[in-house]
Amino acid sequence: MLRERSVAGSTSVAVTLSLLLVVFTVITFWLFWTKRWWFPESITQIGREIDAQFMRTLAITGIVFVASQLALAWVVFRYRDQGQRSSNSHGNNTMEILWTAATAILFVGLGIYAERSWAEVHFRGAKPDAVQIEGQGQQFKWYFRYPGPDGKFGRTDRKFVDDSAGNFFGVDPDDPAGKDDLTTPLIAVPVNREVQLTLRSKDVIHSFTVRELRVKQDAVPGMLIPIHFTAEKTGRFEVACVELCGQNHHQMRSFLLVLDDEGYQNWLREQAAFSAQ
Amino acid sequence: MVTHEEGGAHAHHPPTGFIRKYIFSVDHKVIGIQYILLALVSVFVGMALSLFMRIHLAWPDAKVPFFHDGIITPEQYLALMTMHGSIMVFMVLTTAPQSGFGNYFLPIQIGAADMAFPVLNMLSFWVTFLSLMVMLAAFFVTAGAPISGWTAYAPLSALGEIAGPGQGTGQTLWVIGLAIFCIAALLGALNFITTTIDLRARGLSLLRMPLTCWTWFVTAVLGLLAFGVLFAACLLLLLDRVAGTSFFVPGGLIVSDKAVDHAGGSPLLWQHLFWFFGHPEVYIAILPGMGVASHVLSTFARKPVFGYRAMVYAICGIGFLGFMVWGHHMFMSGMSPYSALAFSLLTMSIGVPSAIKTFNWLGTLWGGRIQFKAPMLFALGFVSLFVTGGVSGLFLAQPAVDIALHDSPFVVAHFHIIMGVAAIFGIFAATYFWFSKMFGRMMNETLGKIHFWLTFVGVYLIFMPMHWQGLVGQPRRISDFTNYDFLAPLQPMQKFISIAALFTISVQLIFLFNFLYSLKRGKKAEMNPWHATTLEWTVPSPPPHDNFGGHVPVVYRGPYEFSVPGMAEDYLPQHLAPEKVSKA
Repeated sequence: MLRERSVAGSTSVAVTLSLLLVVFTVITFWLFWTKRWWFPESITQIGREIDAQFMRTLAITGIVFVASQLALAWVVFRYRDQGQRSSNSHGNNTMEILWTAATAILFVGLGIYAERSWAEVHFRGAKPDAVQIEGQGQQFKWYFRYPGPDGKFGRTDRKFVDDSAGNFFGVDPDDPAGKDDLTTPLIAVPVNREVQLTLRSKDVIHSFTVRELRVKQDAVPGMLIPIHFTAEKTGRFEVACVELCGQNHHQMRSFLLVLDDEGYQNWLREQAAFSAQ
Repeated sequence: MVTHEEGGAHAHHPPTGFIRKYIFSVDHKVIGIQYILLALVSVFVGMALSLFMRIHLAWPDAKVPFFHDGIITPEQYLALMTMHGSIMVFMVLTTAPQSGFGNYFLPIQIGAADMAFPVLNMLSFWVTFLSLMVMLAAFFVTAGAPISGWTAYAPLSALGEIAGPGQGTGQTLWVIGLAIFCIAALLGALNFITTTIDLRARGLSLLRMPLTCWTWFVTAVLGLLAFGVLFAACLLLLLDRVAGTSFFVPGGLIVSDKAVDHAGGSPLLWQHLFWFFGHPEVYIAILPGMGVASHVLSTFARKPVFGYRAMVYAICGIGFLGFMVWGHHMFMSGMSPYSALAFSLLTMSIGVPSAIKTFNWLGTLWGGRIQFKAPMLFALGFVSLFVTGGVSGLFLAQPAVDIALHDSPFVVAHFHIIMGVAAIFGIFAATYFWFSKMFGRMMNETLGKIHFWLTFVGVYLIFMPMHWQGLVGQPRRISDFTNYDFLAPLQPMQKFISIAALFTISVQLIFLFNFLYSLKRGKKAEMNPWHATTLEWTVPSPPPHDNFGGHVPVVYRGPYEFSVPGMAEDYLPQHLAPEKVSKA
């Protein structure tokens, strides 16, 4: 009686599903392997460490992914209904303990390994001689402030904010430290120098991102959040806002210029001359 | 005794009027179907919204119906996105697997005549319905639906219309709708927990419960703890919006050139409260699907669930750990980087019970005799999707790697595959599996198979490419890719995804047709068409008003006794007394 109830057509379904799983796994593997679409090249040391941790994670998850999908494809094919009787196995405690321990060590170990790069980004502050810049997000623009030749930022207060006069940060006109502050819609940094960028927001949450730096940090109203990075390659890179900030979130783009020392000094002088006009 | 029987007979007397029978019914089965229909309507609304988004992303100049001049503006795109997320998460993924199928089958699978509090059950459905209406009303106010996403981060969500179109009345309706939903979810959770604890049949110890019941039970516990917090968060946000309080709005803001009066609030507080709910919510959506997958895999492999106890522990482990990982949504938020460390390791740990479940599903299939009926195909698809969506979580759980991937389509791919598509495959498996019990007719098997093949391929075609968009660094939630130079090479991929979405959404019409056609014309169902073992298969299809016709079932064994050696049949139902078991 059991054998009569064998389901007709189960082999064709099993083969189709198995093949589908195999093809899906192979294509996915191939696209990750060939790096057809990938991260842009990193221009920071920490970026390369993050990429290395990504690759370690990809190796482990890749093995788990390929093994699981192929195992599924195999059991679907191997144990399709051909009129056989199923085993009545209820499980195997040794195996449960084995794979629980194995995944726990693997996953948590991977997590612990990743903490080094995180610590480098966030537990260590910028060195005291880092270039100081402030970044401000506001619907739907980025502005950056440089302390000028005196190396000091002027006091800010909301009551002095006047976008039409270019005072986006609300620098106190009576504070001498603020006289030489520079405000620009893009951010320029010297190459191979550590930069401390202190992020703030004027209205809602934004998020400062430069792909090539592997830097991403929300700019939160009411908070000053310092981040630091050292760009090792000159060039022009796109700055994006990646936290939904309203209607024109998609337009909130700026640029990061990484300049050599001389270029950086020239740029600062040009900006000073421009703002003096 | 006499009093009891009279009382029982009275309670079990089915209502006769249309309104009491089908609209304001207190019968858990009718309420379950009401929830399933609500989710069915919602899922098509949610899919339609995503279709508009995908068309806009691939062909920005295309004229689409329902929009002024056929153009989708940036704020309309964000409104579509916000409402797509909200409707899918709350009205589909929270209602169908738990309140829908759970309502219908939990009492029957544990041998009860109804839920513990039938009137509360009716209330929770109608409160959910009210919540849906309030939320949908946001589309019809002047400035339209809110644009702050389903996560409604403050202060964008707290400032009112100066923060953007849709952030006025639309956002207020959204917050009120969500608060109402929380009440409904809390009522439901109480009912599920009480029912599971108090109304189990004689012999049905906790460790003899079907895994579906375990997942509904743990999901209810999660709901009880999570929705209370979300309710409080919604109230605070509403007060910030309408009563001038400042729970989530800090001082010193200037929005649209206007100084904002609020002072003293914290934007991160909203995120903590929201995600304290939001992460368990992921498990609220997926746990019942895991239960259904285990149940269906065992039934159609004709084999006991491999490691039943390990599965129960894994379900409880996922529920427990699920409350300690919410901070992984906030690695880039400005939260203390030290707490990110703890959240990261706890999140990596939650991969362990998830892996246990996957191993056990494969173990269940191993050595089985697999029958490829439509519910089984969707359960197998669930396993594949669960693996694919699960492994990408291991990247995002590491804060350092998350720096590169946060707020990118990689995240969108991850959560859509695991809590969207996998959960929906669980719902499909449940539908094909239990349709006959609910409506007395079988769904069409051929259409079911076609639906599976096309959907399974379609969802991978939609969501796999998003991983690579994430690696390239595309930001999430942008309505227009032309502003970034680095996104130009991805445009063909945008089109590819949109075509895949168009295809996959069209395919769902096959399911809709099959569902509606089978209601009227499907083949008449037997009592136990799948030769399954649990109590719902011992009652007529559909079951009578009190489920067991006044008879009280007794349970003699665990839920998955398939292919017991020495037996004539390859399944041994839970209710069959040992002396009645026929030997081979």
